[in-house]
Amino acid sequence: MSGRKPRLPIPKEELLAPGHRACAGCGSALCVRLCLKALGRNTIVVTSTGCIEVTTTPYPETAWEVPWIHVAFENAAAVASGVERALKALDREDVTVAVFSGDGGTVDIGFQALSGMAERGHNVVYICYDNEAYMNTGVQRSGATPPYAATTTTPAGKVWRGEMRPKKDMPRIMVDHGVPYVATACISHPQDLIKKVEKAKETDGPAYIHVLCPCPPGWGYDSSETVEIGELAVDTGMWVLYEVEDGEFRLTYRPRERKPVEEYLKRQKRFQHLTEEEIEEIQRMVDEQWEELERLERER
Amino acid sequence: MSEMEYTIGAVIKEPGSTRRNKTGRWRVFRPVLDEDKCVGCARCFMFCPDGCVRPAEDAFKIDYEYCKGCGICAKVCPVDAIEMVLEEEME
Amino acid sequence: MTELGPDVRVINGNYAAAEAVRLVDVDVIAAYPITPQTPIVEYLSEFIANGELDAEFIHVESEHSAISAVVGASATGVRVFTATASQGLALMHEVLFIASGLRLPIVMAVANRALSAPINIWCDHSDTVAQRDTCWIQLYCESNQEILDTIIQAYRIAEHEDVLLPVMVCFDGFTLSHTLEPVAIPDEERVREFVGEFEPVHCRLDPEEPMTIGPVGGPDCYMEFKKMQHEAMERAREVIGEVNREFSDAFGRSYGDGLVEEYNTEDADYIVIAMGSVCGTVKHVIDEERPDVGLVRVKAYRPFPGDRIAEIIQDREGVVTIDRTHSYGAMPPLWTDVKAHAPDVEVSSTIAGLGGRDVRPEDVLRAIKVAEEGKGTDEPVWINVNV
Repeated sequence: MSGRKPRLPIPKEELLAPGHRACAGCGSALCVRLCLKALGRNTIVVTSTGCIEVTTTPYPETAWEVPWIHVAFENAAAVASGVERALKALDREDVTVAVFSGDGGTVDIGFQALSGMAERGHNVVYICYDNEAYMNTGVQRSGATPPYAATTTTPAGKVWRGEMRPKKDMPRIMVDHGVPYVATACISHPQDLIKKVEKAKETDGPAYIHVLCPCPPGWGYDSSETVEIGELAVDTGMWVLYEVEDGEFRLTYRPRERKPVEEYLKRQKRFQHLTEEEIEEIQRMVDEQWEELERLERER
Repeated sequence: MSEMEYTIGAVIKEPGSTRRNKTGRWRVFRPVLDEDKCVGCARCFMFCPDGCVRPAEDAFKIDYEYCKGCGICAKVCPVDAIEMVLEEEME
Repeated sequence: MTELGPDVRVINGNYAAAEAVRLVDVDVIAAYPITPQTPIVEYLSEFIANGELDAEFIHVESEHSAISAVVGASATGVRVFTATASQGLALMHEVLFIASGLRLPIVMAVANRALSAPINIWCDHSDTVAQRDTCWIQLYCESNQEILDTIIQAYRIAEHEDVLLPVMVCFDGFTLSHTLEPVAIPDEERVREFVGEFEPVHCRLDPEEPMTIGPVGGPDCYMEFKKMQHEAMERAREVIGEVNREFSDAFGRSYGDGLVEEYNTEDADYIVIAMGSVCGTVKHVIDEERPDVGLVRVKAYRPFPGDRIAEIIQDREGVVTIDRTHSYGAMPPLWTDVKAHAPDVEVSSTIAGLGGRDVRPEDVLRAIKVAEEGKGTDEPVWINVNV
């Protein structure tokens, strides 16, 4: 027994119980588990219909250690608005209200309710766990599916080359709503994620965190590789970690040297059909986006 | 199932009750931690989607009742202290 | 008007609804404007702006979010209110099932209005009747006084531990919502005493006692929860009657037995069955021209007082329903519900007053004639229609 005494860089308390039915290696379940550590017990969680809702609450069991409500797919932000105002009426504003919603429930069907919640300025921490497609129904494209990704509704064939539209830039849309705290994160960088959730919690008014959550069955990689895939997304610049506080942009992580996007793409089945030219095109898009972010960073 | 209690509005008043569902049954490969190699960095603890890696006095304990055998812990370990062993090969 | 009590105001139906919400002292309101409900939203905003009502008002961006927000607030343990009509109610449809499935005591006012297309802002019952299977209690009003009184009663009914179901208080758009009538405003203290403090019975989102609300219910339990809702709806019959009686004791007004109001039925040869403000016209016709006719006013459409109606309509010369909506390709809903409980009684069916078409005394007389002639028993007779 010569093991080292563990050093815990993140809170020890678990508020998502094991026994939930998320797939082995689920990035979204990991995201929720990590975020709850930052949110703490004095939290009410609203979840929209989707993987997390389905896998954590098969009656009569629940994985949640905090009060939790699910109403429908598109309305988590509206439900959270009601919870928040009820707490105000009860003089219980010490309680944090948090939403967990997938990319479909956020950027597509839940867009209107979220826009309303953001515009009205409700004091809610909205966390989008983005696995880049409708995974709960079996991998159909969403507005958050990245270009060229093959899904069951954007299959790669002779005519279609997978998803043919850019990924909807939801964090930017939230910034444009005047949301005081907006951040991106990835489950591969838990300390960064937790710090951001803590900041979101302290924010007076709405806060939005968009978390990239790799999905083994949906993206097509082995369940053990979830964190590695997330790291590659960040290190290639396919996913950028930043925060926007009161409109001020800041990169929270900068890869020492950006890896070629191919290293990320070739590891996933959803990108297996890509030609060299297509990979180059994605590389160009990422380079351009990175330049734009560098410009924002310099302007600061 | 016959003993299921049907609450008004299907409200569940037992937090964390998925613990009754031992997802360890899903496992094909078992993560086995070599405590001698462990440097206590806690990456296995941080990255387990099921919260199955728990800090202990020395190193970590893996909760096999729930571990689904995804293999993330073995993959993220910087010193290769966790080995994935086929369940059938376990004594 | 002295029997109305000291504080009588001449107000429209929407104001009566808003005034009831103020008297009950609701905590959270979320609503979206839609004709003919809009003034309710405005009056409530005014009350809050002037400090006459201490409530949180959520200016939601749609009716879908209105009902979603009150579901969230109700589950957090406060008294809530919303109001809508027509397209707005149709937009809420999905969440109506969830509100009742979660057994939340939400009260909603609906100023009845036709559904598109063609778009039409005037009254009929196609909006609320289309929601009859969502497991909401539905109470229909005939006057502005009844709107105020019914909303107050609705909180008692919804929050009753034997019920725990949401309640829709329905009243005809424009005919009531925008029409001035004298309404007795009950004393605020007495209303609050009547309604009592809100205490959540079965759920509350509270970190002190974490609960999971709205889980997945599979084939092994879903059906049980649905049957429990059915049983709650059945128990609501008694509770509605009880609250109607208690309200009568406290404020001196009652509406039939709370579910059904009879007018001149005792010795009537013919019976008209209808809902909402058209009943006022039917009463007028009875008083002025047809003392041989009686009226069964269906106040509670859900739970449907079918047995009571079946009893009343036995051994008459003729019975006729007036539906202000239709179930296309079948018989109209009110007729169907009545016949389900009185299969041996010959019941004529008429459709009138769709999309705000006036239902005049002569139209009521025509409906009675349909019964006299024994028509409309296998196909509805459309009243005052040009095609």
